[in-house]
Amino acid sequence: MTTQLPILQVIVPLLAAPCCLIIVRPKLIWGFALMASSVAFVISISLLRQVMLTGTITYALGGWSAPFGIEYRIDPLNAYLLLIVSGISWIILLTANTSIAAEISAKKQRIFYVAFLLCLAGMLGIVATGDVFNLFVFLEIAALSSYTLIALGKDRRALTAAFRYLLVGTLGASFILIGIGLIYMMTGTLNMQDLSERLPYVLDSRTLVTAFSFVIIGVCLKLALFPLHWWLPNAYAYAPSVVSALLAATATKVAIYVLLRFIYSIFGREFSFVTLPLQQIFAVLGVAGILTASMMAIYQNDVKQLFAYSSVAQIAYMMLALAMNSSNGLIATLLHLFNHALIKGALFLALAAVMYRLGSVQLAQFAGLGKRMPWTMSAIVFGGLSLIGTPLTVGFISKWYLVRATLENGWWPLAIFILSGSLLAAIYVWRIVEVAYFSPLSAAHSHIKEAPLILLLPTWILVLANLYFGTDARLTLAITTLTAQYLLGVMP
Amino acid sequence: MNIPAFQWISAQWMSVPLMSVQWSLQLTIILPLLTTLAIALAKNVPNIREAISLIASALLVLLTYNLYHNFTQAFAVKVVWLELMPGLTLSFTVEPLGLLFALMASFLWLVTTLYSIGYLRHQQQPRQTRFYQFFALAITTVMGIAFAANLFTLFIFYELLTLSTYPLVTHSGERKAIHGGRVYLAILLSTSIVFFLLAIMGTWLITGTLEFTPGGVFNPTASTSTNAMLLILFIFGIAKAAILPFHRWLPAAMVAPTPVSALLHAVAVVKGGVFTALKVCSYIFGVDLMHNLGSTQALLYLVAASIFLASIVALRQDNLKKRLAYSTISQLGYITLAALLASNASIIGGAMHLVIHAFAKITLFFCAGAIWMMTQKTQISQMAGLGRQMPITMIAFFIASLSIIGLPPTAGMWSKWFLLQGTIVAEQWLLLLVLCLSSLMNIFYLLPIPIRAFFSNADTPYVKSKRLEAPLPILIAIIVSTSACFILFLFPQALFELAAAIVPARGP
Repeated sequence: MTTQLPILQVIVPLLAAPCCLIIVRPKLIWGFALMASSVAFVISISLLRQVMLTGTITYALGGWSAPFGIEYRIDPLNAYLLLIVSGISWIILLTANTSIAAEISAKKQRIFYVAFLLCLAGMLGIVATGDVFNLFVFLEIAALSSYTLIALGKDRRALTAAFRYLLVGTLGASFILIGIGLIYMMTGTLNMQDLSERLPYVLDSRTLVTAFSFVIIGVCLKLALFPLHWWLPNAYAYAPSVVSALLAATATKVAIYVLLRFIYSIFGREFSFVTLPLQQIFAVLGVAGILTASMMAIYQNDVKQLFAYSSVAQIAYMMLALAMNSSNGLIATLLHLFNHALIKGALFLALAAVMYRLGSVQLAQFAGLGKRMPWTMSAIVFGGLSLIGTPLTVGFISKWYLVRATLENGWWPLAIFILSGSLLAAIYVWRIVEVAYFSPLSAAHSHIKEAPLILLLPTWILVLANLYFGTDARLTLAITTLTAQYLLGVMP
Repeated sequence: MNIPAFQWISAQWMSVPLMSVQWSLQLTIILPLLTTLAIALAKNVPNIREAISLIASALLVLLTYNLYHNFTQAFAVKVVWLELMPGLTLSFTVEPLGLLFALMASFLWLVTTLYSIGYLRHQQQPRQTRFYQFFALAITTVMGIAFAANLFTLFIFYELLTLSTYPLVTHSGERKAIHGGRVYLAILLSTSIVFFLLAIMGTWLITGTLEFTPGGVFNPTASTSTNAMLLILFIFGIAKAAILPFHRWLPAAMVAPTPVSALLHAVAVVKGGVFTALKVCSYIFGVDLMHNLGSTQALLYLVAASIFLASIVALRQDNLKKRLAYSTISQLGYITLAALLASNASIIGGAMHLVIHAFAKITLFFCAGAIWMMTQKTQISQMAGLGRQMPITMIAFFIASLSIIGLPPTAGMWSKWFLLQGTIVAEQWLLLLVLCLSSLMNIFYLLPIPIRAFFSNADTPYVKSKRLEAPLPILIAIIVSTSACFILFLFPQALFELAAAIVPARGP
């Protein structure tokens, strides 16, 4: 049984998705989807344990051994990402039943669960597989289902947002496919392990530089690296709240995983950072992204959009950390993958609670809510503090490693930019705090009650995780350090 | 003090420490925090709410005094709360400078609480519960700053202090208050996040530790340009010390109610700033390295400019609270100057000034508040002849002014003595000149206020006007803080010994 875990991780949500169509009542579908997602969560925990104990696990799909069949390879990086994706989506799914009841008509709720599970299966598949073409297939599964999820939003603008995302996503996917095709042409294999062995012999060909560029640009479109981010804010803002939480917390993380996989495992660090000027590109785009997106966030009046822009900025942080091309920089990226998932998960779930009660997340609507919805608002405050990078929250831990990596590289002015980014974050978080706590309650909201427990509980699980991993980072540091060592080849 | 019962009680309290030092150290931080909760519970019963505040502050004084009494050796006691990552901890320790700060802050919290009760009740201010809660929270963070064992812990409480005082600054909720509050937050947060945090991280990177250590954590001979840069970042980052380009928040925060201005500008916020500067200079850089750094001299001149210019601006203010605010900026410069001079005499002088200025300045603010409360007067030009109506207030104002100027028989003389000695030892003649000029200007901008209050009757032709003294709690607070200015003049020994324990035992 335990040897089958890598495939079960993906297949359970994948098969559960169509099964949702058989069940009639939304509540039962929710229970069923939650069960499938919990199974995935448990599997990912045991996979991570196994990897930490025994090292990389390989699994030949259908018994076909590696070069011929598809291979699933679970190394520390995969296992870590699997845990983030399945864990966060499990917590988000907890709120789904209540939250979508207010936002999606009863007819469409079944589709929601199908698409949610497909999206989950797609993301888990991307992470688990050891085959680049299989990766592309799962990328498409995840992408197509997320277009559906976004289009379910009750605002009509959700449709255009989803369409725009579809265009960009398809473009990105085609780029990745072209890249993969070129790689296959040069090496004759699609298995990542084989690729990493064969690519060094052909790396000086121009075809591979082209292939690499196609893949990187394709992935950067998917992960909304500034200036390829313009599809993201609307997609997050008009999607149903649960979907925004899912996408913000997990989808971009998976895209970053793909990037890490291609850079470190397939093409190799030497080729990416020394032969090609990836370091400079990421550093410049990272800094520009942090500052621009944070500035944009300050001027948003829709809080979902505000946090969407902040997501773009946070992604830029991760890319900047990647550009450090050092062990601590990589640790910072990996830490922030997890930490940002916790932060944005908590924030978007809190927004789901606001949406549930108010039917809107316009900033002006927040006036005086600190008194009426104290738990929801304090969740936003804590999430915001973490976003700023206040000590004792997870945001601080990743920022600490990022600045440390910057200073180790001797890039002092960059450190000032990074910290100014925190300052901009402080401004946009403060706007919310000022409205929620220091503005008088509008008369229309005097009857507003605190959100129901089923929304608050998952939000606060994430908030407490923010605080716990912010005060005791030993566990996350141990995992990320191990992963970074593995990727950098310090350790087999 | 010869009452047998009192002696017996004090013997019991002192000889058998009721709790270990570790516990009383943690309690100094936990107690005010619990007070905020207790105040929230008693929000509907004002008498009990205020009683809780008073009792808690009295207990805090006892706790800090207990720490002082059982204090034997600096850095001997250490409490670790959390370890974020290896070497980065949230921990507390007792050392002389922190003890000095905590003693002063807890005592003045007690006095200010008394004053606030009189003030808020008389004014019938709204949102009093919130006021007392954040007041207690601010003291929690001050205690955290005072006993922080490393820069990281100090930084956390430094930021928390900014945030917890914001609701106090904007207490009135008016547009002007909100605007002042924004300036306050913007300057303090931006400098601390961009400069202070960067300096802390740079220190960590170079030395691998953030613990406060006697003699500093840097290699005393490594006067590299990086270290010089770090010092600049630290001094700019600690904007609570209100050094020149980043001083705007202090006048902006004057929109706060007077008890807040008093606590903020005399005790909590600004003193948290200069305290941090003193700590960084003496326990992170170390006295020896400070002399070798290339940036020290430039920063000294910057601080001197800050002292001088703030005094000039103070001369031109007609609004009493604004004048006091600029006076605070210039006085804070004294302490930062002392920290940067980093000789034994100057560090002693700086630490003593930290305490002595607090008592004098809080008295001045108390008086300003009492005047506004009873007569609604804010401008100095309106205050002529006020001495007849409020003799006690104006006498207190006079004495506190003397202490700020540094004249006997007030405590201000002692700290100024050591500060001047510090500049002479360092042969910084320009700084000596600036300090003397600033004292002169102190005379010009402070003394005319009580003098005109008593001897001029330009506004009101001589009328046998009614006594207008403030309510009793306020008068008690004013008298206590004023007499402290006297008592510290007569008995500066304890203060001096504590301040002298900061610097390594060598000749001054």
